[in-house]
Amino acid sequence: MENLVIEPKNKTPKINFDSANGLMEIMGISCAENSVDFYKPVIEWIETYKKEPQAATMVEINYKYFNTSSAKCILDMLERFVNLKNHGTNVTINWYYETDDEEMFDAGSNFSEILEMPFNLIKVE
Amino acid sequence: MLNFVEIKDQMKSDSIALSFKGNVTFELVDSIIIIISDKLDAIESDINTRKKMYGILTECLQNLCNHTDDKTAEINSNYDIKSVAISVTSTDTNYEIKTGNFVSTERSVQLKSRVDEVNSKDKDGLKALYNQILTNKVFSDKGGGGLGFIDIARKSGEKLEYDFQKVDEKYTFFSLKIKVNKK
Repeated sequence: MENLVIEPKNKTPKINFDSANGLMEIMGISCAENSVDFYKPVIEWIETYKKEPQAATMVEINYKYFNTSSAKCILDMLERFVNLKNHGTNVTINWYYETDDEEMFDAGSNFSEILEMPFNLIKVE
Repeated sequence: MLNFVEIKDQMKSDSIALSFKGNVTFELVDSIIIIISDKLDAIESDINTRKKMYGILTECLQNLCNHTDDKTAEINSNYDIKSVAISVTSTDTNYEIKTGNFVSTERSVQLKSRVDEVNSKDKDGLKALYNQILTNKVFSDKGGGGLGFIDIARKSGEKLEYDFQKVDEKYTFFSLKIKVNKK
């Protein structure tokens, strides 16, 4: 399947999903006023990947900020990543947050609790 | 209304002051956020306070924008119904964000009950309410998820102050004041 690469804009994050290596990276800001349109192809890609995933899937998430319009889309996306484990792939989710950014740390641990899946919460300088 | 002494105080180097009244578009929202973020980067050393302000402003302004389109172009004889107001000020101890917009009187009742509900919660109660709405899988056609006021209240850590003033049979002016304490 094709990789999904979306370059970052001032209100949307960079997406780099590499199916051959089972590596999915998201980084930057997500604060579009209507986030549903942005996350639609991202979610569709995960659903396609689910059919033939790699043995190991690594999800790297590094948001600087996301708005409430994005929050539900991010939860939806994360839920689909977590569910990949029922389709024969070992899923790891790394959630990065900047030093002292309590809110982004809390956001990661909250998503992890809701989805009942441990995330690696990783501090970056 | 600002008096001249207040305007002079806002010329202090560590103050932040911006006020705007007019029709608001998403492009204008982006510009306002960039202006205030640049100013905050210069005067606020605490990253959490900066991020809180950035987040609250984004939610407030996107709220104002989302609800501008609800109105028909009709002009009340005294007020420009599509117009919104926003101001950001700084004192020694806190930042204050104030917004004002016209809402239908029907909507003002829903807004009041939503803000009252948010104000009735403590920190843990707000988190529970946030998660309840986060996980309900309901999206409005404008992309709002119904989390805005909860997120604003969680970031602020203070109660949201508001006021509703009926301007005619159809419209009510909704003003909101959000405080963010400095560390």
